[in-house]
Amino acid sequence: MKTNFKQLFKPRTMAVVGVSLSNDRHPANVIYHKLLLRYPVKVYAVNPRGGELRRETVYTSVSAIPDQIDHVVIAVRAEYVPAVLSDCIRSNAGGATVISGGFAESGRRDLQDQITDMAETAGLPLIGPNCLGIYAPRHFDTFFLPGERLVRPEAGNVALISQSGGVLVDQLVKFAGQGIGVSVAVSIGNKAVVRETHLLRYLARDPHTRVIAFYIEGFGPNEGRDFVQAAARCNKPVVVLKAGKSASGSRAVASHTASLAGDYAVFSQIMAQHGVAEARNEYELISFCEALSCYQHTIEGNVGIITVSGGHGALAVDTCRQHGLNIPSMPQSFEDGLRKKLNPSIRSIAALSNPIDLTGSATDEDFIASANALSMADAIDSLLVLLLPYSPGLSSDLGARLGHVYRKKEKPLVAYVPHVEKYRMLIEGFELNRVPVSNAIEGAVLMVEALRRWQPC
Amino acid sequence: MLKKAIRETIHRSRSHGWVLEPEAKEILSAAGIRVPRFRWAHSAEEALEFASAVTYPVVAKLVSPDVIHKSEANGVAVGIASDRQLRSTYQRFSRRKAFAGVLVEEMVQGMELIVGGKVDRQFGPVILLGMGGTGVEIYKDTTLRMAPIKEKDVLSMVNCLTAGRLLQGFRGEAAIDMESLVDLMVAFSNLLMKMAGLIESVDLNPVICSSSGCLVADARIILA
Repeated sequence: MKTNFKQLFKPRTMAVVGVSLSNDRHPANVIYHKLLLRYPVKVYAVNPRGGELRRETVYTSVSAIPDQIDHVVIAVRAEYVPAVLSDCIRSNAGGATVISGGFAESGRRDLQDQITDMAETAGLPLIGPNCLGIYAPRHFDTFFLPGERLVRPEAGNVALISQSGGVLVDQLVKFAGQGIGVSVAVSIGNKAVVRETHLLRYLARDPHTRVIAFYIEGFGPNEGRDFVQAAARCNKPVVVLKAGKSASGSRAVASHTASLAGDYAVFSQIMAQHGVAEARNEYELISFCEALSCYQHTIEGNVGIITVSGGHGALAVDTCRQHGLNIPSMPQSFEDGLRKKLNPSIRSIAALSNPIDLTGSATDEDFIASANALSMADAIDSLLVLLLPYSPGLSSDLGARLGHVYRKKEKPLVAYVPHVEKYRMLIEGFELNRVPVSNAIEGAVLMVEALRRWQPC
Repeated sequence: MLKKAIRETIHRSRSHGWVLEPEAKEILSAAGIRVPRFRWAHSAEEALEFASAVTYPVVAKLVSPDVIHKSEANGVAVGIASDRQLRSTYQRFSRRKAFAGVLVEEMVQGMELIVGGKVDRQFGPVILLGMGGTGVEIYKDTTLRMAPIKEKDVLSMVNCLTAGRLLQGFRGEAAIDMESLVDLMVAFSNLLMKMAGLIESVDLNPVICSSSGCLVADARIILA
């Protein structure tokens, strides 16, 4: 198959096949109208009967369009898909998305095999069938869901690939809520032609993508091997969330190895072996994507903690340890050096071993001095800052100022800030300077954990 | 490419679906994996002759295509210390259904590990390392890697086991011969890659490891 997905993902011209002349709620019409009204692509409607739809010409086939088509969206009944596909191939279209269901998922494996053969023989990249297709912010989308009903994340650097369209749309809502931007989101449905590994290889080279995240239900025969080998070669972080972790049916097996190496045990440990970050649930998926969209290099997990509350420091230490992160204790020389840089009112009351407790009287300058000192320390490879903005000495500029600390020594910094809405400006100060923020200690710790890839166990 | 003798053994074993222990050990030996000295005895005299050559104590194991899990089926006798004991064990085993001889083997001492292989549908050949013996599915202290594996993978697997520290010398106990474990697992990984189309899974359990090396004391190869 073509490994060049350029026309599929960056189309200039598109056609929507199956547009209805009488029913505006038809999925093809929803897709056609959003492409026509909201996206910078040239779009053509196709229906074998031809005619006009609100003064726009409806073409009888893709080959009847007087333009070279980059991406064809097919939303016709399953049995008509092969004929439409052969028309696409004849007119040398650059790629296709088949929205229609009615293939392997409902017993028509034969029909699916037919379109797989056609597309593979012709070298036509095809997404689907039985999918929502592609959402490429500011460029185009093939979702048959009306725009006003969708919550869409901003353009960003996380690519999200999902077998399930429902899970994809739901994750996009959560990405938007957490302020994580996507480069592209793809629902691959029955993945008859384009599968996870093809997209991994394409996205590894896509300059707009820094993190590649997958929701995976299962791989075909030996497909998992290709996937992890591609992931290990890819220099961008790869995150997976696996559904179906509990083994289906405990069939009697003759060997201990077959019994101990169940499907999920194998999946999980082989992902880890190849540096893929496995999120155990949706919450981890979001945290991992947010952290890795800010920082792509790998840490060992030696965390320096700064707080204004001893209790938060203790809770964060516990949570870090549960997640296999270390909190190295700092030598006396470190404490002595830092103490001189703190403002006199906290100098005698601040605790400066790790975690550093600056007390409720701390100011912005004390945070900056502590973050600088930790990021200079060899024993530390990441920083966790627990900010309680009710302390009067702290300003809304602190987020932005701490963001700059990272740029000096490249030690990733993650922040915890409670009460998200009230401290919006502080939070944006972090986020706009590429520092991930969580409103839960657990979430902030997960973000640090995400950076600790290549952990074999 | 698999050696011709190995392919023939596997072909012969097709009818019962797995490879008998003495033949499995011949396959392992041919692949450069160490096993204890043994004899596949077809008479009590043959068994006694081998025992006097290696000196007592020895282990005797039932060989039968009907008995895949030997200890559960009372098909293993350890610590046999005399001709009399060996002869009576041979006679007891010879009355079993589908009797195909007795495997007599020198006794080896050490920590019991399991080294396993499986051809996974999604990932192909995978290798397992864990604390072995009969309690393997109770403790479940195991770790997995996709094959083929290299030396550094074996060392990382040892570190992933809860009992990993026991293997590396703990409280005055000598560490196991790590180089020997590495050689065994890398050789097993190569063999597994070659046999991938023919087998479903393999248990080398126990693999007995001490400071003087690692030997595969029992082997079960389940065919695809």
